[in-house]
Amino acid sequence: MSLTAVTTTTGAAEEPRVVKARHPWRWIATGVVLVLLAMAVNALITNPAWDWPVVREYLFHPSVVSAVLFTVELTVLGIVLGFLLGTVLALMRLSRVPLLTAVAWGYVWLFRSVPLILQLLFWYNLGALYRQISFGIPFGPAFYSVDSMDLIGPVTAAVLGLSLHQAAYAAEIVRGGLLSVDPGQLEAAAALGIPRRRQIFRIQLPQAMRSIVPAAGNEIIGLVKGTSVVYIMALPELFYQVQVIYNRNGRVIAMLLVAAIWYLVLTTVLSVAQYYVERRFGRGMARELPPTPLWRARRLVAARLAARRAGRAVPFGGTVGGAR
Amino acid sequence: MVEVRGVHKSFGPLHVLRGVDLRVDPGEVTVIIGPSGSGKSTLLRCINHLEKIDRGHVTIDGEYIGYRRSGNRLYELRERDILRQRTHIGFVFQHFNLFPHLTVLENVIEAPLSAQRRPRDEVERLAVELLAQVGLADKAHAYPRQLSGGQQQRVAIARALALRPKVVLFDEPTSALDPELVGEVLEVMKALARSGTTMIVVTHEIGFAREVADTVVFLDEGRVVEQGPPAQVLDAPRHERTRAFLGRVR
Repeated sequence: MSLTAVTTTTGAAEEPRVVKARHPWRWIATGVVLVLLAMAVNALITNPAWDWPVVREYLFHPSVVSAVLFTVELTVLGIVLGFLLGTVLALMRLSRVPLLTAVAWGYVWLFRSVPLILQLLFWYNLGALYRQISFGIPFGPAFYSVDSMDLIGPVTAAVLGLSLHQAAYAAEIVRGGLLSVDPGQLEAAAALGIPRRRQIFRIQLPQAMRSIVPAAGNEIIGLVKGTSVVYIMALPELFYQVQVIYNRNGRVIAMLLVAAIWYLVLTTVLSVAQYYVERRFGRGMARELPPTPLWRARRLVAARLAARRAGRAVPFGGTVGGAR
Repeated sequence: MVEVRGVHKSFGPLHVLRGVDLRVDPGEVTVIIGPSGSGKSTLLRCINHLEKIDRGHVTIDGEYIGYRRSGNRLYELRERDILRQRTHIGFVFQHFNLFPHLTVLENVIEAPLSAQRRPRDEVERLAVELLAQVGLADKAHAYPRQLSGGQQQRVAIARALALRPKVVLFDEPTSALDPELVGEVLEVMKALARSGTTMIVVTHEIGFAREVADTVVFLDEGRVVEQGPPAQVLDAPRHERTRAFLGRVR
């Protein structure tokens, strides 16, 4: 028997014992949700109409995989070109040149107003509107001209439509991010004589990224799924491809499930990437960066191993080394 | 030498500076005091052209700030040239305005590298030296948010000094600090003053003015009411308004 145990049983001024609060409703809620989850899993597995064997057969089918890659390609091009143009538009909008401000405003107004699907069809049919596209002096001679049918095929039309559409939203996200930076930061940079471009790219944008990244994450994930609208141009992206397959084999539900699984995989990868990008731009913002999930898990395992070696158990859910 | 001549500045209908003259010789410490709204901060911000002046001019070693003089004309400078001029003028803000995403060392070396294009190893050596001077040698790789207000302001002073400026302007450097942190910043500023740095300080710390200032300037309603050595302006003010102000802040 330890010394403390002796004093607590015999001491006159007895140290009060802590009795943990009980939470019966938490247990009941947990039970209900578990039952509901089990029902959902059961419904997914046991109903033969889901056609799991067909899903398995087509999940890594070459035509599906190449469609996934094409979807990724469209997303990457749409986001990269969209955010490049969007950043330029945001800087134009915040510039001190009235015409640039007005043009940037007008662009966002126009491309946010026109539905994406309409815009895609418009680019697709550009050939009917302008047979020739030429570069030269406005109202004057042309130096170079090209047949618009050759220049804008369906893929180009899709990339053009997606990125021009995305640029309008990206412009507002980047502008919002730039405005969220304390004006004192630019003032300090100006007082130090830091060149204007360096002020933007070294001081303002990195701080703006903190509010740009979550919104951009939304946009990127939105675009992964948004690429499915280009199916109207008969481009072999994921959604169009599964439609082609189920029109042939009649397994509609199974093929839609294949597409859904791939969209889930893509967004999961992006969500994880977003977490780490946010951490990167969170440097210096919190006193200490929060541990990553991986790091937390490693710490928990290490603590449990150490506890086992020491011959005592750590209660589950207990705080270990401040990891919460 | 910093020279301010007949400077006027309005913000819309608000006439903040109404003809201010000021002269600060090299190595001198000038402390500007005055009630809030008297135009102290605006005057400082006009000296490094963070605010454009409406009338009058500011020169540093004969160079017009924000303008180029040719004959009897002042040509407005482009932003790039104004930025270059500012590298000769250190500025310490009330709210520090350190760059939170950069480490202390990166904060200090940023402007010498990008604005003055000095070699990195020289600038880093100087930065380490300056950080030691303000008592923060061990904080070079910390981020500003990990420091106390007093420490942040001392970093801001090191950052201003890293440009090797001709004059350092302090805009109420201790007003945003907890009372027990004011002392450490004032100590750094006193050491700077002793080392012969030309300083213009806007502050409410009358004790600092008395101990360090070569000249005390009392500003009220956009005009210099009186100026002179601290013994005269602070202890034997000639103007009623100066007396009333000093009575209030004491």
